[in-house]
Amino acid sequence: SGYSAIDDDFYEEIEEILIMGDIGINATNAILEDLKQKVKEQHIKDPSQCKELLINSIREQMRVGEVAYRFEQEKSVVLVIGVNGVGKTTSVGKLAGKLKDQGKKVILAAADTFRAAAGEQLTEWANRAGVEIIGGSEGADPASVVYDAVCAAKARHADVLLCDTAGRLHNKKNLMEELRKINRIIDREYPDAFRETLVVLDGTTGQNALEQARQFKEVCDITGIILTKLDGTAKGGIAVAIQSELGIPVKYIGVGESIEDLQKFDADEFVNALFHQESND
Amino acid sequence: MAFESLSDKLQNVFKNLRGKGRLSEADVKASLKEVKMALLEADVSFKVVKQFIKSVEERAIGADVMNSLTPGQQVVKIVHEELISLMGSETTELKLKNPSDVTVLMMMGLQGAGKTTTAAKLAGKLKSKGRKVLLVACDVYRPAAIKQLQVNGEKQGVEVFTMGENQKPVNIAKGAYEYARKNNFNVVILDTAGRLHVDEDMMEELQQIKENLHVDQALLTVDAMTGQDAVNVATVFNDKIGIDGVILTKLDGDTRGGAALSVKAVTGKPILYIGMGEKLSDLEQFYPDRMASRILGM
Ligand SMILES: Nc1nc2c(ncn2[C@@H]2O[C@H](COP(=O)(O)OP(=O)(O)OP(=O)(O)O)[C@@H](O)[C@H]2O)c(=O)[nH]1
Ligand SMILES: Nc1nc2c(ncn2[C@@H]2O[C@H](COP(=O)(O)OP(=O)(O)OP(=O)(O)O)[C@@H](O)[C@H]2O)c(=O)[nH]1
Ligand SMILES: [K+]
Ligand SMILES: [Mg+2]
Ligand SMILES: [Mg+2]
Repeated sequence: SGYSAIDDDFYEEIEEILIMGDIGINATNAILEDLKQKVKEQHIKDPSQCKELLINSIREQMRVGEVAYRFEQEKSVVLVIGVNGVGKTTSVGKLAGKLKDQGKKVILAAADTFRAAAGEQLTEWANRAGVEIIGGSEGADPASVVYDAVCAAKARHADVLLCDTAGRLHNKKNLMEELRKINRIIDREYPDAFRETLVVLDGTTGQNALEQARQFKEVCDITGIILTKLDGTAKGGIAVAIQSELGIPVKYIGVGESIEDLQKFDADEFVNALFHQESND
Repeated sequence: MAFESLSDKLQNVFKNLRGKGRLSEADVKASLKEVKMALLEADVSFKVVKQFIKSVEERAIGADVMNSLTPGQQVVKIVHEELISLMGSETTELKLKNPSDVTVLMMMGLQGAGKTTTAAKLAGKLKSKGRKVLLVACDVYRPAAIKQLQVNGEKQGVEVFTMGENQKPVNIAKGAYEYARKNNFNVVILDTAGRLHVDEDMMEELQQIKENLHVDQALLTVDAMTGQDAVNVATVFNDKIGIDGVILTKLDGDTRGGAALSVKAVTGKPILYIGMGEKLSDLEQFYPDRMASRILGM
C-alpha cells in the first residue's frame, strides 16, 4: 500500500480489506487490537512490515498439516453436512473422484432422501467418479440409508464411505436431531471406522456461517470444513473467524463445478486472495 | 457466545439516546458507530454502510434534531426511516401481462441460491391466481437439474417443458415460448443454471436468451446468507443482464439478511418475494419495514 506511516488511515484500510473479505466486524476488531499491540511491542514503524505481520499471523492460524487428511488413508466414514445449497452433494462427488484416483474403494451413501432428485444428482456423481452408491427413495428414512451403506461398506471392505446428507438450516431442531441419529448409527454399527465429519460452507456466505459451524458442532464432532465456490469473487473470510472461535480448520476448497475442482486448502493462497482486492480497485 | 450480541448493544444505545435530554455531536457519533457495527454484523456491504452512516449523520447532526425536545428519539427515527427508504418504502408486486398474453419470467443467480425451488414455488402461487404456468428446464448442466424441476412441477401440478440436456438453453427457451403460445399458457418461467457473475460464457448465455425472447421479468435469486459479495453479484447481473426484481431465499434461517440492503442499494431494484422454507408453499411477500427491523436485530 502507498502508506508512509502506520496511522488511522492505514488501519482503516486494513479494516476495509478484512470486512470486505467477510471476516466480520468482531474478528476484525480482535485482529486489529492484536496487531496494534504487536506493532507497539516490536516498535514497528513501516506500514508494509506491519501488513506483512498481519498476513503472516492469519496464514499461520489457518495452516493445516498433512495429518488433517488421515482419513484418506484409513478405513473411514465421512459424513458431509451443511445448510441448503452450499455444495455438499457436489463436494461428495468430487471427493469420491479424488479418492478413486488414489486407488481407493469408495462407496457413496445417498442420505438426502428429502430434496427433489437429490438421489439422481448423487447417482450422476457416482457414475462420473466410477464408484458405487447406496441409495434411498424419496421420503425414506435417511438414517436407514446410512445403516445400509455402513453394512455395505463393511461387507465389501470399502476404504471410504462418503455420506451425503440433506441440506438443513442449523436452527431447525428436528433436522439437527436427525443428524444426531445418523451419527449415532455410524458410531454403533462401525465403531472401528475412522470418523471424519466435514461441514460444507458456501464461500459467499457472510457472518451466518459462524453460527452454522457453531450449531453443527453441537450435534456432530466436526473435524473440518469444505469451503466452496471460491472460484468467484468471494473470499470466504468467515473461515478465519470460525478457526479463531471454534478451532475448526478448512481442509478443502471448492473452485468450480467439475469433478477435479476440489483442492486441499492452501493457507498461502487463501491469505493472498484475501488481501488481493486492494490491487484491483 | 463469545461476543456480546450487537442487537442487544444497539437496543441499549437507542434506549440511552431516547432517555437523553440533550445530545452532543459526540453522542450521535458514538451511537452511529454502534449502528455501523450492527449493520456490518448483519452483512450489509461495507460501502453501503459507510454511505448510510454518512447520510444519517448529516440529518442527525442538523440543528432541528439537536435542538428538539427529544433528540435521541429523533436519531432512532432517522436510522429507521433511512433504512426503510433504502430497502424500498413499499411492497412491490410482480408485474404480469394481461392473461391473454404470455409473460416470460427468467430465474437467474449464483449456484445453489434457490432458483429451481423458487421457480416451482412461484409457479404454484401464480397457478392459484388462475394463471396457466409452464416451467421450463433451461439448466442443462447441473446433474439431475431437469429431474429436480420435473419432480417439483409435478408436486405443484404444473407442466414442465424440457428438451433434454443436449440443446442450448436459448433454443429451449424459444421452443418453450412457442409451445406456450400454441397451448394457451400465459406464464412461462425459465429455470436457468446457477452461474458466477464472473463467468463470461455463462453470462453471455443469459444475454442470448434476452436477445432472442421477450423476457418480461429477469428475477435475481439471492441467498439471504450472502456476505459482502452480494454487491458484486448484483451489480454485474444488473449491468450485464438487467434485473427487474429480486427474490431473497432461506430467510427461515437466523441470518440477519443484510444482503437484501446491499442488493437493493446498488441496483435500486425491488425485492418481490422471500423464501421461507424448503416446502413449495414457503414463498411470501416482501415487506421492507420488517426487513429493516430484522437487519438491525430489533
Ligand atoms: N462455482 C462453484 N459452484 C459450486 C461449487 N460447489 C458446488 N457448486 C454448485 O452449487 C450448486 C449446489 O451444489 P450442491 O452440491 O447441489 O449443494 P448441496 O449442498 O448438496 O445442496 P442441497 O442438497 O440442496 O442442500 C450446484 O449448482 C453446484 O454445481 C464450487 O466450488 N464452485
Ligand atoms: N431453508 C430453505 N431452503 C431453501 C429455500 N429455497 C431453496 N432452498 C433449498 O436450497 C437448496 C438449493 O435450492 P435449488 O432450488 O436447488 O437452488 P438453485 O439455485 O436452483 O441451484 P443451482 O441450480 O444448482 O444453481 C435446496 O436444498 C432447496 O431446498 C428457502 O427459502 N429456505
Ligand atoms: K448459497
Ligand atoms: Mg445435496
Ligand atoms: Mg437449479
